[in-house]
Amino acid sequence: MRRYSPHLFYALLCLLILIAAQGNWLNAYLQLIIMFMGVNIILSTSLNLVNGYMGEFSVGHAGFMAVGAYVTSVLNVWLFTSDRVFGPALLPAKSVIFLFPVTLLIGGIVAAFVGLLVAIPSFKTRGDYLAIITLAVNYIVKSAIENIQVIGGARGFMGMRNIGNAMKEVVNLPWIMIWIFVGTGFSVWVIYRFVNSTYGKGIVAVRDDEIAAEIMGVNTRHMKMVAFMLSSGLAGIAGGLFAHILGYINPGSFTIMKSTEIMVMVYLGGMGSLSGSVLSAIGFTIILELFRPLQVIKWVAIPLLLILLMLFRPEGLLGHRELTDVFPRLRRIFVPQGRRA
Amino acid sequence: MAILEIRNLTHFFGGLRAVSGFNLELREGEVLGLIGPNGAGKTTVFNLVSGFYQPTEGDICFQGKNIIGLRPHGVTALGMARTFQNIRLWNTLTVFENICISQHSQLGYGTMATVFRSKAFRTSERRVHKTAEEILDILSLQHFSNEYPKNLPYGLQRRIEIGRALAIRPRLLMLDEPAAGMNPGEVDQLIDLIKWIRDKFKLTIWLIEHHMRVVMNICERIEVMDFGETIAQGTPEEIQQDRRVIQAYLGDADLIDA
Repeated sequence: MRRYSPHLFYALLCLLILIAAQGNWLNAYLQLIIMFMGVNIILSTSLNLVNGYMGEFSVGHAGFMAVGAYVTSVLNVWLFTSDRVFGPALLPAKSVIFLFPVTLLIGGIVAAFVGLLVAIPSFKTRGDYLAIITLAVNYIVKSAIENIQVIGGARGFMGMRNIGNAMKEVVNLPWIMIWIFVGTGFSVWVIYRFVNSTYGKGIVAVRDDEIAAEIMGVNTRHMKMVAFMLSSGLAGIAGGLFAHILGYINPGSFTIMKSTEIMVMVYLGGMGSLSGSVLSAIGFTIILELFRPLQVIKWVAIPLLLILLMLFRPEGLLGHRELTDVFPRLRRIFVPQGRRA
Repeated sequence: MAILEIRNLTHFFGGLRAVSGFNLELREGEVLGLIGPNGAGKTTVFNLVSGFYQPTEGDICFQGKNIIGLRPHGVTALGMARTFQNIRLWNTLTVFENICISQHSQLGYGTMATVFRSKAFRTSERRVHKTAEEILDILSLQHFSNEYPKNLPYGLQRRIEIGRALAIRPRLLMLDEPAAGMNPGEVDQLIDLIKWIRDKFKLTIWLIEHHMRVVMNICERIEVMDFGETIAQGTPEEIQQDRRVIQAYLGDADLIDA
């Protein structure tokens, strides 16, 4: 029973939010923030896999997010809606309710393969040089999208609102929110299982001492490829979900600014800490909203907060630790019995 | 039967010939020492054998299989493990995790199995944990299993590194200056440990060492290197008498006499 308590807890939380949303106790604005929180959790945990656990320095996470966002959106609009560019719907609009996760997953898979663009140079370089490569990939993706006129180029791409509406027509529920909950749960679940296995800990060995890892039997190239693909694939899924929240995306949403925002969440939460990333994604989304009345000063206040954090807690809120290490009481609820280390 | 056979191994660093025409035959079950002055190329030989460098020339056969061109993790998977001159443990992982991860080449499951916790994953993970516990018990490190290596004394870190190598269940164990930086008490313990490991695991040990007490005590055969070449080989007694060895270490004997 205890084994499943975190799952149950999460399911209950999602259910409560859904009931609140359905019963109109949560207004549209709060719902929006909750949805962004979910997307941010996926983004920060997936980036933490590469930047925190593997110790590489990827600064182009928004690029993978863009790939996922565009692939999923284009697929959905092409398949399920009548569009000026893509013509009539190929499949009945109502089937989207089953096929949405499939297109989402395809977006993630395509993003994972773009992640290979970063993984392969990472065999030879690391640190600053790899950071430049990730930055370049971010720009390549953004410029490529800007120059493909079929998907709107720099003007952006829309029509995803119909997808949400089509799902609502079948069963009247806030479907996008449900899929965001599923996606968030899935992403945290995958990363948790990955980094808590001997196999996944291979990437931590790469961070601590790459030479020792390679010589002691860790196939470092393979592990790097897996980590980069997992990370960018999950970012792609986050992008696909993000695109369906507002129903409109443009390349301007996936710039280096967005990548920086994700990085801030990771460093705020602490490197190599999954619970830290989740907490900081939630916290950062709230702070962004709370500081909204400050208008321009917001972008002075938030970096200032970050500077203070770096001065007093350079490791982030939970650097290399989990919430269960800070509050051992939680261990009784959340960690299955009989596990070591 | 030779477990490791090195023929005409040559390696250049740019224009510098670090190892030249190095030959070696390591017999199953023996303890061989590799000694020589600083910069003689001993560690380079280790790095070549473990696949970290690719030799300019020459052959390395491990258990009859040519391992030239294999990447280090592939060489390790064949049953060759080593330790490092300056300790290279993974410091943000616990001692237990360190010993688990070194079995990475024997996991036999992949990413999908990890995420879905398949049967292969569970059996393999159980096996890895059991091996790690055994190794910790054998080396009486069980009390430190949840400690981080960087917080432990130097002698213990050395022992953990040996444990990490043993967890691979190697046929050949290569120790690169295991006694470096140890105090005399720790050196005595190390000598006993290495002898005991050889008998217990029935493996072949090849070690680089400067500490003459260690070398003379445990090595059955010694190979001496200088400037990338073998200058002498034989039993410890023979090596102690060898004129060229004394010359390499101390300079020309005639000069000392005069």
